[in-house]
Amino acid sequence: MADVFKGVEPMVYNSKISVPYSWWAGDTASKFFISLRDDQKIIAPRCGTCGKVFMPPRKICPACFTENTEWVDISNEGTVISYSVARRQLESIPVDKKTPVIWGLIKLDGADTALMHYLGEVKPEGVTIGMRVKAVFADSRTGTIRDISHFKPVK
Amino acid sequence: MAKRVAIVGTGQTFHKSHRPDVNGQELINEAVQRALVDANLKMKDISAILIGNMDHFEGINYVDCWSVDGSGGVMKPVIKLTTGGTTGASLAIGGYHMVASGMFEKVLIIGWEKNSESDTTGAITTAFDPIWDRQVFAGAISGLAAEAQGYMARFGACDRDAARVSVRDRKHATNNPHAQLRKEVTLEEVLASPMLADPIHLLDVCPRTDGACAVIMANEDVAGKICSVPDWIWATAARHSYTYLGDGDWGRLTSMEKCSKEIWKKTGIKEPRKEIDVIEMYQPYSFAGLIWIEDMGIVGHGEAPQYIWDGNTDMGGELPVNPSGGVIACNPIGATGLIRCAEAAMQVMGKADARQVPDVNFAVSTGFGGCMWTDMLLHGKKKPN
Repeated sequence: MADVFKGVEPMVYNSKISVPYSWWAGDTASKFFISLRDDQKIIAPRCGTCGKVFMPPRKICPACFTENTEWVDISNEGTVISYSVARRQLESIPVDKKTPVIWGLIKLDGADTALMHYLGEVKPEGVTIGMRVKAVFADSRTGTIRDISHFKPVK
Repeated sequence: MAKRVAIVGTGQTFHKSHRPDVNGQELINEAVQRALVDANLKMKDISAILIGNMDHFEGINYVDCWSVDGSGGVMKPVIKLTTGGTTGASLAIGGYHMVASGMFEKVLIIGWEKNSESDTTGAITTAFDPIWDRQVFAGAISGLAAEAQGYMARFGACDRDAARVSVRDRKHATNNPHAQLRKEVTLEEVLASPMLADPIHLLDVCPRTDGACAVIMANEDVAGKICSVPDWIWATAARHSYTYLGDGDWGRLTSMEKCSKEIWKKTGIKEPRKEIDVIEMYQPYSFAGLIWIEDMGIVGHGEAPQYIWDGNTDMGGELPVNPSGGVIACNPIGATGLIRCAEAAMQVMGKADARQVPDVNFAVSTGFGGCMWTDMLLHGKKKPN
């Protein structure tokens, strides 16, 4: 394999292109984030046709293809549907999170779809599918999904 | 098995510089819902979906998956197609191929963009060769400026001729409630606007827009049942040209010339200037309104300025160009080519309201991409043989 490089001076050019993004959350997601930030309350839209409650919130029911206009309060507590553990401190893990980091899909009581979030105050070996968890809100809230700090086990 | 294909419904958002009230999926949904209403169809009637936008513009790679809430693609065949600036027109051609193949009866075609969510120049620069052109060149406008300079030097046109094209398109846009920029401009205002890349002024060039467009194509077995006047696709053509910027023939759009020749030959059109009733051209800046109608064979090389000054391409003229106001008035890039197709279809179907050209039998729509490539469709009122 090394022979391939014999007598070759490889020329490499590094990219300097910067493409910064900013995404509009839209009215539907914004309503959820404002409620989270200002009232520490989790709300979700319900499909007027099939009755499905969506978490994260979405404007259109993908099955009925109609606009969701009704909002309902849902519980801060829910059930772990599945989870995974990250054990390497990769760049994609926020700097304030130290490995092992546990991700969980949490179906909150009153919602029909699961929310992806962090599980905390629990060791990886303590997590089970079906365990009950509760939202812990962040002290400083700015209107993002991380206004929920993590979900902790319900004792 | 091959089938003839017609457009049976179109839908667009009311395009704006930015749409903070909706995310991308929700923006897409507005256009899709309007197209379904226009065709009097339900999502369950749609056999497959074709969707596209610009690579890197919103930083979402698998748009075909991510967009299903908006597109209606849950548990349907969905394909993403993206070819840069030509994306919208390539989507139309791809949808035509899918329906023409006989394998899909009704295809929903979606082009969209939220230009407000990223840096257009950074994203477009990724279209160019990283070892050669990118080291010394960036964005879209400098390539267009090189084309304009080449054309002016070779054929004696000037920036005032180009400004006349901006004046036309911005005037036409006042008839189109979907266009972003709906205010007339004067020749003096165009020429006095800031110089972006010599000879292109701010008012010579397209804006950045948030918007979506949806088009429904159906095969000949059902098109006539869905709507009384379908827009039949007579022919399509696509040409890509260069690898490196230096390969181009600056001042001529060779890809447009080749596409046009192919379409006129396929359909037996001898005198496009007389036989075509309206053109919706992907014309991202004013000089293209001169150069490219020459390459299309509407007039000879160097003859476009006089043809434009005489009002031939204005509403009420011999061959109106861009009754919608075109790209200079509105440019949600991944949707832009499909908007041209939808607007041409509306002209044939008689649904273009205040921007309707009377008695349209043949319409042309085009797409353009930054590496000087062209897509083209010929639309007709009569079912093709």
